Amino acid sequence: MSDFETVAATENQAARRGPSGEPGTPNQVGPNKPRSLAGDAWRDLRRKPIFWIALLLVVIVTLMAIFPSLFTGSDPKDCALDRQNQGPSGGAIFGFGFQGCDTYARAVYGTRASLLVGALSALITGVIALAVGLLAGYFGGWADAVLSRVIDIVLGIPLLLAAIVLLKRIGTDNPNFRLGAVVLVLAVLGWTTAARVVRSSVITAKEQDYVAAARMLGAGHLRIMLRHILPNALAPAIVVLTIALGSFIAAEATLSFLGIGLSQETISWGQDIDTGRVHMRESSTPLLVPSTFLALTVLAFIMLGDAIRDAFDPKLR
Amino acid sequence: MFRYILRRLLQMVLAFFGTTLIVYALMFAGQGDPIQALAGERPVTAAQRAYLTEKYHLDATGVGGFFYRYFDYIRSLLQGDLGQSLTGRKIGEILQQAWPVTVKLALIALAVAVIFGVTAGVIAGIRRAGIFDNSTLVLTLLVLGIPTIVLAPLAQFFLGVKWQLFPPTAGAEPDFYALLLPGIVLGSLSLATALRLTRTSVAENLRSDYVRTARSKGLLKRRIVSVHVLRNSLIPVVTFLGVELGNLMSGAIITEGVFNIPGVGFNLFRGIRTEDGPLVVGIVSVLVVVYLVSNLVVDVLYAVLDPRIRYE
Repeated sequence: MSDFETVAATENQAARRGPSGEPGTPNQVGPNKPRSLAGDAWRDLRRKPIFWIALLLVVIVTLMAIFPSLFTGSDPKDCALDRQNQGPSGGAIFGFGFQGCDTYARAVYGTRASLLVGALSALITGVIALAVGLLAGYFGGWADAVLSRVIDIVLGIPLLLAAIVLLKRIGTDNPNFRLGAVVLVLAVLGWTTAARVVRSSVITAKEQDYVAAARMLGAGHLRIMLRHILPNALAPAIVVLTIALGSFIAAEATLSFLGIGLSQETISWGQDIDTGRVHMRESSTPLLVPSTFLALTVLAFIMLGDAIRDAFDPKLR
Repeated sequence: MFRYILRRLLQMVLAFFGTTLIVYALMFAGQGDPIQALAGERPVTAAQRAYLTEKYHLDATGVGGFFYRYFDYIRSLLQGDLGQSLTGRKIGEILQQAWPVTVKLALIALAVAVIFGVTAGVIAGIRRAGIFDNSTLVLTLLVLGIPTIVLAPLAQFFLGVKWQLFPPTAGAEPDFYALLLPGIVLGSLSLATALRLTRTSVAENLRSDYVRTARSKGLLKRRIVSVHVLRNSLIPVVTFLGVELGNLMSGAIITEGVFNIPGVGFNLFRGIRTEDGPLVVGIVSVLVVVYLVSNLVVDVLYAVLDPRIRYE
């Protein structure tokens, strides 16, 4: 889960630092100094209840993914058919599902697969988007033309349909293999929006005076790209990736719901929602509990990204 | 204008070949037994095996053989021959029955998005930062954040099964009333996006110079909004809704599956469930074409509506 933590950590830094801040810029704002964009954004964020709710949800969900046993004492794979659709009891606060599994425990343990898929896809997406965006934006010319057309084409492929075709090909039911496949498919199809954002911030950054100064001092392309331009492109990219993380989790659940996502052995919300949906007339909690978990998790990431983006948008002030 | 259309057409052709090549390569390349791969874990009868071998020219080998088969597939796709599903029905026939239902559902969803999304968006844009604006922003965020696989079963459970306001499933020959709830569920996402788009667009245009001029001429506010602002603000919304119509037709897999609506998405849903490879690939190919064409039409329409786009 360390990947997810890095994303969350850099994000907090970004919230304090701001899109134009170089690493190492002092961010303490004295009483008489003019406030920076980042300072304004942070003041703005601090007053927003949505930001705190989203952050709290993200922290809870992350904890749940790393230490599921903190939240429930029962074993999600301990299922017995004689408990089928039984109501709540001492250990199981939301009762049991169709297969006689503890509904709440399954939802808690399902967090890990969802977050893992979301975080890994967002990470790979971020790497692809930064590489493509940097190359296209920095060099311009034919590199930009070719890469932008590639972005256009990938953007033209409907995500769900392509994912269905790609994942239908995978024959094995090995849990790790399938999880990796879902991550790769989502990343390969989902990097375009972030790449466009990176490209446009790179284009803005490369016109700055300090980039010209660095070039005059003899800095090479690689150094200028990594030390001077990348930090500027990072903050907007992280905001887009936070939102993307939420939608990747939703996409994974949708694929698992259709039965072509994660392996049957992996506990996942998508599959549990599907099972709960089929048997909802007999008992509704097996549908409602994983649905609530999924909706809240996706919402948390989207709200977090949305709040940070709004705070950094001076036009909205 | 001509150059713009030409460029978009070339792009679309590239995207078409790119996507179909991926779909096709995934069907057949690099597998020990392509027929078994197509059928998944189901046993393949000798008759099906012979049919598939003949249909896809599997006896020819090598890269040349692959591209021969690929272009054969493209040719039959363009001619509308999609082959048979594993159950022996013509895929073209299945689609012919399914299209009207899917189009009806997509139109209901679109109507919901236009009526509620655009109206609320205009009001929110005019009264920016008011209570109405803030509450619609939070509400649309909620709608955008809740995945369809949560929204559809929950709507079915609460409105269909528990409170019985709507029929919970649609069945073979769905009437308007049966399609209403699935249409609202399907349209809610477009509604939220349309609302946000209209709101931003209206709010931006209200601050523009021509609105100030109109106001200083002494025009009524109602006239400024309905004639001057709306005309400009709705351009992005119209194009968004056009793209959305293509999306709605191809994106109704979950909604149609959950509500048992015998449309295109439902057949795809069933094809995935029953591991019917040819059916899945056939439907996906057609849907990709629909998606690409609708995107092209919308982009051209956008260029017609807004001359600034052509000269980028």
